Amino acid sequence: MELLYFGSKGWGDELFTAFLMTIAVSLTAMFIGILFSIIFTPMKLSKNKIFNFIANSYTTIIRGVPELLVIYLFFFGGSGAVMFVASIFGYNEYIEINAFITGSFAIGIISGAYSTEVFRGAIQSIDVGQFEASKALGFKKYIYFFKVIIPQMLRLAIPNLSNVWQITLKDTSLISVTGLVEIMRQSYIAAGSTRDPLFFYSFAALLYLILTFLSMKILNKLEKNYSRGF
Amino acid sequence: MDLDLMINSFPKLLNATFTTLKLLSLSLIFGLIIGLIFAIMRLSNNKLIGNFSYGFSYVFRGTPLLVQIFIIYFGLGQIEYLRSTFLWTILKEPYWCAIIAFSLNTGAYTSEILRSAFQTIKPGFIEAGKSLGISSKVIFYKIQIPIAIKQSLPAYGNEIILMLKGTSLASTVTLMDLTGVAKYIISTTFKPIEVFIVAGSIYLFLTFLIHNFIKFAEKKMGTN
Repeated sequence: MELLYFGSKGWGDELFTAFLMTIAVSLTAMFIGILFSIIFTPMKLSKNKIFNFIANSYTTIIRGVPELLVIYLFFFGGSGAVMFVASIFGYNEYIEINAFITGSFAIGIISGAYSTEVFRGAIQSIDVGQFEASKALGFKKYIYFFKVIIPQMLRLAIPNLSNVWQITLKDTSLISVTGLVEIMRQSYIAAGSTRDPLFFYSFAALLYLILTFLSMKILNKLEKNYSRGF
Repeated sequence: MDLDLMINSFPKLLNATFTTLKLLSLSLIFGLIIGLIFAIMRLSNNKLIGNFSYGFSYVFRGTPLLVQIFIIYFGLGQIEYLRSTFLWTILKEPYWCAIIAFSLNTGAYTSEILRSAFQTIKPGFIEAGKSLGISSKVIFYKIQIPIAIKQSLPAYGNEIILMLKGTSLASTVTLMDLTGVAKYIISTTFKPIEVFIVAGSIYLFLTFLIHNFIKFAEKKMGTN
């Protein structure tokens, strides 16, 4: 137990920081993912074939390729890509991107592919009558979208979005390969220096279990809130 | 774009694909057995057995696969007692550690899929069997299992694809699977995009095959 003491004697404070880091990366990645799905969901539903093709390739490729491979692409290719863009603007120095940004972007893009599918499914399962009724009542496009379609879509999307959140949360463990000090990486360091991998990896598993348990509780509340009246 | 590198790395990556496929097929076979056992335990009337099975699937679905592999590969070797048993011959090999972790993980998900399939079987089917005087063993094997398999096919297809992606984690315990070799080539040539395209296409092709195979199986079994 003394391995978990706070301060210089134990790994308690390091693991706690790593725990917060995992939460921070997951939230950032989920946020980036939702931004991506806001761009790609309309493309997926649009009648324009080119938009359709782009959005479909995005979701198919990301959902068909292992997360680890995507992370390696970003890890090894990220700074190269940024340096290429910078060189166009005449900046030729070496740029290193922060592991937090690379990691949350990689996980965010993966999470975005899943949430795009969730939003697409939710919008498609709204009754056509709802769209027609809003038009018949002469609502402006902006109003009917935000007041009629979005609230109904959220009710259908939230249970699946909470699954996406759980996947995103667990995927952040893969960022440890890039050196970002989150739960997995910190346990790896602690296990290496104390030669007690069983304890630290089991403790990491416990931390993830706490995270998934708590988020399930919170998301269930949210789900209830959005399905009032059903 | 370095076309030469793409062409040169293709045979190496294709070779590694066999490791990936071996890992996948072995884990799926063991996982299916584990899943079936835990699904039956979950449905048992004994509360203790039911809760144990629920706990198993909760823990394995609530933690990342990476942690599970690390606990089995790095952690279990620490137990002195294990080192003296015959289990050690298996546990010292990263290959078998990966397969154990994958099997337990996919077993947890499969048990949930099968459980919900068993629970959605209409009670009428079982009652009809009973009223015809068929023994409960035969009802289980000839009525419940075939219906459950049929109903769980789409979800199980997704699980196979998730597991295909999961096998990429074998590269973290020194195994040279498709992702492991891809990472090796990337880190020696620093050409991530080219390698990603080749390795990614192989993965996509495999996903495509699995997807169509499941569709074919669904058609063959005639989903209701």
